[in-house]
Amino acid sequence: MSTIFFLIIFAFVVALALLVLKTDAVRNILVKISAAVIAAASIWLAVEFFRTGEDAVTFAMEGSHAIISNVMLAIEVILALVVIFLGIKHKKYLASVLAAIQAPCTVWFELTKGHHIEVVDNLYIDRLSVIMILIVGIVGSLICVYALGYMKDFQHHHAGEADRRPLFFFLMFVFLSAMFGLVVSNNLVWMFFFWEITTLCSFFLIGYTRTEEAVRNSFRQLILNLIGGIAFLCGIITLGTFYGTLELTTLISYGVSGLGAFVVIPTMFLALAGLTKAAQMPFHSWLLGAMVAPTPTSALLHSSTMVKAGVFLILKLAPVLGFNMAGIMVMLVGGITFLLASFAAISQSNAKRVLAYSTIANLGLIVTCGGIGAVGAVWAGIMLLIFHAITKSLLFLCVGTAEHQIGSRDIEDMDGLFGRLPRLAAFMMIGISAMFLAPLGMLISKWAAMTAFIDSGNFILVAIICFGSAATAFYWTKWLGKLSAIMASRENIESGVNKEETFVHGSLVLMAIAICLVFPFVSKIFVIPYIENVWGIGNLSATLSSNNMIIMCVMLAVLLILILLFYGKTSKKIVPIYMAGANTGDNLTYMGSMQTEMTQSLRNWYMEKYFGEKKMNILGLASTTAIICVVFAMATGTIIMMITSMGGGF
Amino acid sequence: MVKMIILVVAYLILAPVIGGLLAGIDRVLSARLQGRQGPPVLQPFYDFFKLLEKEPITVNNVQDFYVTCFLLFVIVTGCFFFAGLDLLLVIFTLTLASVFLIIAAFSTNSAYPQLGAERELLQMMAYEPMVLITAVGFYIFSGSFAVADIVSGDKMAFPYMIGIFAGFVFILTIKFRKSPFDLSMSHHAHQELVAGLKTEFSGKTLAMIEIAHWYENVFLLGFIFLFFANGTIAGTIIGAVVCLVTYFFETFIDNNFARMKWNVAINASWLVAITLGMVNIVVLYFM
Repeated sequence: MSTIFFLIIFAFVVALALLVLKTDAVRNILVKISAAVIAAASIWLAVEFFRTGEDAVTFAMEGSHAIISNVMLAIEVILALVVIFLGIKHKKYLASVLAAIQAPCTVWFELTKGHHIEVVDNLYIDRLSVIMILIVGIVGSLICVYALGYMKDFQHHHAGEADRRPLFFFLMFVFLSAMFGLVVSNNLVWMFFFWEITTLCSFFLIGYTRTEEAVRNSFRQLILNLIGGIAFLCGIITLGTFYGTLELTTLISYGVSGLGAFVVIPTMFLALAGLTKAAQMPFHSWLLGAMVAPTPTSALLHSSTMVKAGVFLILKLAPVLGFNMAGIMVMLVGGITFLLASFAAISQSNAKRVLAYSTIANLGLIVTCGGIGAVGAVWAGIMLLIFHAITKSLLFLCVGTAEHQIGSRDIEDMDGLFGRLPRLAAFMMIGISAMFLAPLGMLISKWAAMTAFIDSGNFILVAIICFGSAATAFYWTKWLGKLSAIMASRENIESGVNKEETFVHGSLVLMAIAICLVFPFVSKIFVIPYIENVWGIGNLSATLSSNNMIIMCVMLAVLLILILLFYGKTSKKIVPIYMAGANTGDNLTYMGSMQTEMTQSLRNWYMEKYFGEKKMNILGLASTTAIICVVFAMATGTIIMMITSMGGGF
Repeated sequence: MVKMIILVVAYLILAPVIGGLLAGIDRVLSARLQGRQGPPVLQPFYDFFKLLEKEPITVNNVQDFYVTCFLLFVIVTGCFFFAGLDLLLVIFTLTLASVFLIIAAFSTNSAYPQLGAERELLQMMAYEPMVLITAVGFYIFSGSFAVADIVSGDKMAFPYMIGIFAGFVFILTIKFRKSPFDLSMSHHAHQELVAGLKTEFSGKTLAMIEIAHWYENVFLLGFIFLFFANGTIAGTIIGAVVCLVTYFFETFIDNNFARMKWNVAINASWLVAITLGMVNIVVLYFM
């Protein structure tokens, strides 16, 4: 099982090498080989894990614990100084202030308290960690390969600007390394270290182009996630001070034995940190701002890293959530975010913004599942996490390629994409269908989520998912429709697409379909045993009955066969379309009155008055902020009581 | 198992017959309401067979594929329902079918079908919450999503789910494509979108859409039946009668309302879903 150390260290070493090696050819080879190595090692780790036959593999690391902790602390202090400096340089003083609060607190806690708390297992790998490692290792490294071709084009489009690609690839691989560390950390102080590294990596990645907008958005991300970081730190401090432990497993075991309410304060802080990282309202604006970054960054942030760290933590915490203050906060914030982000997506015509809102919405759904904290909900949440990672990376990478080929990321410009980029359009259509249609992945898990919501007895959540699903179908289908439109006389420009990009698209499409065909096994091998182990129960059945799962798989197989056999074949005579005026023959222009040629153009429907972005954001900010404030006001009262009851001990 | 197979086969064979007959009676009734003689009851079948003989033309090489998938999955939806499977599975399969129809219309890249498709999407968004709420209601009431379990329950759902029933009947107007909510396409000749969503479909393709509609109507009436089924003969008879009454009630509504704006369709449907539907759900939770 030492493969995990290999993964963390290897990704980091490659990152350093990429920072130093500046020629294209070397970078191409190095990235491809290391991506393959990382993917293979992740799979090998999964194999090793199953070979042990254990439910969880732990690493005490007594010998190196002190050294590693001190190195982490030193790095954190250095990074804090960097943030303080950058904040002052760019006049974003809030970032400096937050970093200046966070670093001394960390040092103070570590030196005065943390060192005295015994940590039994610093690292802890269970099936959920393995799932995350596979997602990061496979999807994440595919995105890095895609970035090779994309960033070359990007540099070409931005000729005259400094070539910062070495830094870019350095950050991408550090990101992967940090994610590997994060998902196996059991010592919360260690997890916090990796947590902050991912925040900083995305900060630099978002600000990559160094335009005014990029810098502004990168600082927004930084500030919001530093707030989350402070919440994380508060969680660690309260957990260490009042409960004498720093281990996630210990915290979770309280929940399993029905004492979730007993540890509600640290849970709330950690959950709040999870909410910021998972871009839930009111913190979601950083994910929208992150779109200024090159597309591979968005794909990485949205699918396999960053936001997934947030939902990972919340799903991990599920046993201590449920119907207590922390759980109610998480499920309501997640639910509201799902609903309002789904609505807001309807009003967007920028493809990346639609994807961003859809990510926020789906994360909301996962977060809600975690918040409910029941086994059925967690099953749905983990399934959503897996399907979302694959599908969303596919969609982002398709949009990225389309943007470079047609020069726009606006859905309105994707008219007749089927004629110009048939393969890419087909990939994109598969990706979109996989986001909301039966018998594909996201719907299957949304279905399970719905069942879990109903079983939770929370009728607000039931209403939320009924209305949210309707909105989801609306915005995806209208995009799908745009892509599917067959327009005559469009030039095929497919040859302009990099072969790396096509390879990655193809792999992700295959994965998206394959995972739908094998998901009953994924459930059986990974998800069910994980839940059984954490909750200490046996004979758990999946939230969806096996009948339904099999029907879904059969439906998908039938659909695939139908498409392969019959799609695009007709023996009928093809005639021009009806245009309410004589069609001039190209299906685009017709003879208007006075014998003038009129061009027809079609636009989609955005229902701005109903689902305008501003309205949704204001509603979301107000309601979620209110929920969080109320819950924390109650928590503060509890903390004060705890401190006063401890007398002078604090 | 045998019963399940019989029901599915019966649905496959009888649904188009019943659906077509209902459509025929609907046309006669409408005519009488308007003071006309109206066509023979079998007119929908004559129309259907006439369509099959039309010249095979199409505007692109993919629309037939999409329409065929639409028909296929509408039938599959009904089969799932009459086989007694999961209600949510039924609803999601129906959504898949509807998306195929919408994509078929979009694929023509023609103005009227596209406008129709967008309106069809709006209609979907309007009725979907209420349909889901109906399924949720049955689940809370009977403890199962499986149609087979709901039908074999010994309590009639209707008295406990009156709100949901009323809400469901409300959105049936949209599903049956009746005025005032026949926004995306309609049988009436008075609309501004030519034939709306189906403008570019002709001959056999159009016939497929017709027959899909009949299949869909029968299955939707099955939903109504669920509210009354309680395992007894009386319940079955009441259910069947209410199905017919509901269908012709929609005909009545159709003839007494002018088409309304799309805003009304979504506002009213969501309002109904929240008030009648959700309030009923809350009541069910506390029962």
